[in-house]
Amino acid sequence: MTYIKKPAIRHPGLRQNNLGLTRRDYEGVLSTLCAGCGHDSISAAIIETCFELDLPANRIAKLSGIGCSSKTPNYFLDRAHGFNGVHGRMPSVATGANIANRDLIYLGISGDGDTASIGLGQFSHAIRRRVNMIYIVENNGTYGLTKGQFSATNDRDSKSKKGEDNLFDSIDLAMLGIQLGAGFVGRSFSGDKDQLVPLMKAAMRYNGFALLDIISPCVTFNNHAASTKSYDYIRDHSEAVDKLDFVPEREEITADYEEGQTIYVKMHDGSMMQLHKLSQDYDPRDADAALATLRKRFTSGQVVTGLLYIDDRKQDLHELMKTTKTPLNALHMDELCPGRAKLDEINKEFA
Amino acid sequence: MKPKDATAARRGVPPTDISNPNYFHKIVDCQWACPTHTPVPEYIRLIAQARYTDAFMLNWESNVFPGILGRTCDRPCEPACRRGRLDEKPVAICRLKRVAADYKGDIEHRLPKVPKRKNGKRIALIGAGPASLTVARDLMPLGYRCVLIEKDPQGGGLMRSNIPRFRLPESVLDEEVDRIVDMGLETRYGQEVASLKSVLDEDFDAVFVGTGAPRGKDLQITGREAGAANIHIGIDWLSSIAFGHADSIGKRVVVIGGGNTAMDCCRTALRVGGKDVRVTVRSPRKDMKASEWEIEDAEKEGVPIFDNHAPQEFIVENGKLTGVRFAKMKAEYDEAGKRTLVPTGEEVVFECDDVLMAIGQDNALPWIERDIGISFNEWDMPVVDGTTMQSTRPNVFFGGDAAWGPENIIWAVAHGHQAAISIDLFCKGQSLSNRLAPGASLVSQKMGIHEWSYDNDFSGDRRVPVPHADNQKALKDLDVEVELGYDDRLAFQEAERCLNCDVQTVFERDLCIECDACMDVCPVDCINFTFNADEANLRERLRVPAANEEQDLYVSDALKTGRVMAKDEDLCLHCGLCAERCPTGAWDMQKFTYVEAQASPSCAAYSTSYLR
Ligand SMILES: Cc1cc2nc3c(=O)[nH]c(=O)nc-3n(C[C@H](O)[C@H](O)[C@H](O)COP(=O)(O)OP(=O)(O)OC[C@H]3O[C@@H](n4cnc5c(N)ncnc54)[C@H](O)[C@@H]3O)c2cc1C
Ligand SMILES: Cc1ncc(C[n+]2csc(CCOP(=O)(O)OP(=O)(O)O)c2C)c(N)n1
Ligand code: SF4
Ligand code: SF4
Ligand code: SF4
Ligand SMILES: [Mg+2]
Repeated sequence: MTYIKKPAIRHPGLRQNNLGLTRRDYEGVLSTLCAGCGHDSISAAIIETCFELDLPANRIAKLSGIGCSSKTPNYFLDRAHGFNGVHGRMPSVATGANIANRDLIYLGISGDGDTASIGLGQFSHAIRRRVNMIYIVENNGTYGLTKGQFSATNDRDSKSKKGEDNLFDSIDLAMLGIQLGAGFVGRSFSGDKDQLVPLMKAAMRYNGFALLDIISPCVTFNNHAASTKSYDYIRDHSEAVDKLDFVPEREEITADYEEGQTIYVKMHDGSMMQLHKLSQDYDPRDADAALATLRKRFTSGQVVTGLLYIDDRKQDLHELMKTTKTPLNALHMDELCPGRAKLDEINKEFA
Repeated sequence: MKPKDATAARRGVPPTDISNPNYFHKIVDCQWACPTHTPVPEYIRLIAQARYTDAFMLNWESNVFPGILGRTCDRPCEPACRRGRLDEKPVAICRLKRVAADYKGDIEHRLPKVPKRKNGKRIALIGAGPASLTVARDLMPLGYRCVLIEKDPQGGGLMRSNIPRFRLPESVLDEEVDRIVDMGLETRYGQEVASLKSVLDEDFDAVFVGTGAPRGKDLQITGREAGAANIHIGIDWLSSIAFGHADSIGKRVVVIGGGNTAMDCCRTALRVGGKDVRVTVRSPRKDMKASEWEIEDAEKEGVPIFDNHAPQEFIVENGKLTGVRFAKMKAEYDEAGKRTLVPTGEEVVFECDDVLMAIGQDNALPWIERDIGISFNEWDMPVVDGTTMQSTRPNVFFGGDAAWGPENIIWAVAHGHQAAISIDLFCKGQSLSNRLAPGASLVSQKMGIHEWSYDNDFSGDRRVPVPHADNQKALKDLDVEVELGYDDRLAFQEAERCLNCDVQTVFERDLCIECDACMDVCPVDCINFTFNADEANLRERLRVPAANEEQDLYVSDALKTGRVMAKDEDLCLHCGLCAERCPTGAWDMQKFTYVEAQASPSCAAYSTSYLR
């Protein structure tokens, strides 16, 4: 954290997006996290993503639980809606909000503790229900806020800062996400915005549950030599399976890739994902194959990154439940509350 | 992301060599632009701390006339000030200098001591302007005997004879001239040198010519001779007012010319009887030579400016000047943007009682014999070495306006410093290229995790206007100073606007873990982590393309990922947020001190104490 406020003055040459906003219009208050925390880079990537997608902040709802990671919604998009829930309960809040108003973009921010420990049940059911949201796990393998206990994503062969062994196996949230039916699963690293920002853009445009497991070093408690979530370790062990170019609607595809190595996915808003395979044996459209490779690579000590799984035909919660297309707050009173006669009619069905 | 081939990454812009003091000096835009390299941000911080005496000493050591310059300097530092590039006005550097001079305490004991025992060398200084006075100040603490020869009855040069008292009170001028005279300077006031040879015949060890550019340009058009009684050369007229040889002018005055002299002429005329005083310029207003603030002050006092007016004739009736006829002009530009003034065909006559001509000055050195080893060039100007100020006769040096034509006070001082260094080397029989390098140092300002020994917070305040005396009162009296100066509160507010450009962002490549924290926090998007390339390409690819090529890029050697850190220095606020957000201390805020060498180290003693 810092004592001074970030000066409001900005570079006069700062680019504006189609809404006439600059990147700085998407900021929040100055972060109070430890200097160098990976979570701050993720906030910066979110700012970049929303700026580049020309998203108006008032179309976005930021939701989070408890943890250093869950604090970060304060540090970006200060003109967006927000709800900071209790530890591990962000998915319930997101589900409820999404049911009530399907017109907003739901951006859930969580940590590995918030998601893989206390919130694992909530997390699983939000995926199962296919809530249309972006779910970001800022994964540092530790409970940062409570001073560095092992989290459930901490790898078994990793040690604590003080040298204690971790006795338990780790949960791979990306694999879990694929198994539970998330239609968009990606993994990236806070220190690689070139990979992270296109993934975030695509996740924002994806209709359904989009999970991003983002390795985000905790410089204070889990960035030491025996950590598997440190800046150095991730830079040495990460292996991207593909390279994603996100091409907004109306823009031409310019990157040229070899035939047969490229997958095009059309998003429901007309934008396009151009996915260049970096690994021959990897196909992000085949869940079984993807899971198999993820397991194999994990065993051999690799951290696989990129867009790991995509299913662009999945229906979301609203489609499954055939709910009204109109957000509840835009419905008239007589539609929301059809009256006694209608209630009697419904009750008769159960008689 | 895998570390890229390190040699490939090393192609492109080579890592910045920050051990070269010019790199960080250039970032201190004001100090770099100042001809004497006054440590501006350091004295501004001292003013903010109400340490006016210390602020004065830093100034005095570097520019010799803080009280005078704090009112009259041409201030090349201000157009250079970084704040001006951030969409607003520069820091009022000049007026803060005046604050230091006005509120300082006793400095007597802090001045360099002049030895009683002299070193046996005698130096003649011809002309008592700022250039000669600087040479005297720099040489006397070394034991030189300096003899100042001046045709006017008092010292100060144009600062006394031409700069009007309402801009520069006599007491301020006297104080700063006397401070040098009182060091034991021998003065021969009222003696006009008519032959350089005769001065050389007095066996001086060296002679410095600081006689300025004393001849005002004339305009030879119809009526010039017939109307002569009421047509005055501006600088001569100002000087006759200054020395009391004249004390009035007609009611209707036409000033010809658009420079600072014209502004002083019209404002002086208003105070000695002029009622309808107008300034006329040949060129469009935007091309006027006068400083923006001088024009503003003249207009505030009610002087209209007629641009695109080219004088054609002085109209003289019955032997008396009655007016000036002008042709109206318009500016036309060719494709290269070159301007030509063409008459529109329209003409006007401005009726008047007097005309003041302020269209420029020339050097006049008829008193220098052409057969004593001093070469003159095709424009009849002496040939003077740009660094040493030496003429082609080894024991004769030039400086100030006498060297290369009219400039300003601060340049005269800068020349004086260099001439003093040369004269000292010359008298010691050493090569003039044996000049000492400037002193430079970098000192970390870190006091704690979020604490710095400078005020790193950014002030969003606009430039604080300097209070002015009431117009009615000021126009009645030539001696009433128009600008009142800042009080301590306003001075503090203005001082806080300074960005501390001397507190440098210093990057230690080996400590960087590429977490992006500095890049993300920087309020003005200076910092980038990207792949190296040739400079044009690199500038283009930054977060905000680095369009201002006058400002450098700070580029590191390749980092672990093969990328480099590339910082565009252009708009850095020196706020220190990058260093606060850096988890490893790869960024640090370090104060850069730069002190020019002087002939006498005791003249830079306080400034030098800042070097570590
Ligand atoms: C009207 C006017 C206003 C100005 N306002 C400003 C301003 O606000 N700020 C600024 O920075 N600059 C200003 N200037 C310019 C500035 O005054 C000069 O650039 C500066 O004074 C030059 O200093 P100098 O030491 O070279 O010589 P000068 O100041 O010109 O001094 C030369 C001295 O030499 C004497 N001299 C000349 N010939 C002889 C001789 N043969 N024998 C003996 N003595 C001789 C002269 O009498 C004079 O005193 C102004 C100039 C004018 C004309
Ligand atoms: C119900 C409840 N149980 C426990 C806590 C204590 N607690 C606060 S944050 C946290 C773990 C946060 O870890 P993670 O989500 O990984 O966030 P990080 O700080 O690492 O970003 C815990 C256990 C709590 N706030 N509430
Ligand atoms: S404790 Fe760890 S996770 Fe929390 S702010 Fe500090 S570095 Fe980030
Ligand atoms: S902001 Fe201060 S240090 Fe920077 S150029 Fe301006 S006066 Fe000089
Ligand atoms: S000091 Fe650092 S954070 Fe502040 S403007 Fe300069 S580079 Fe940016
Ligand atoms: Mg965590």
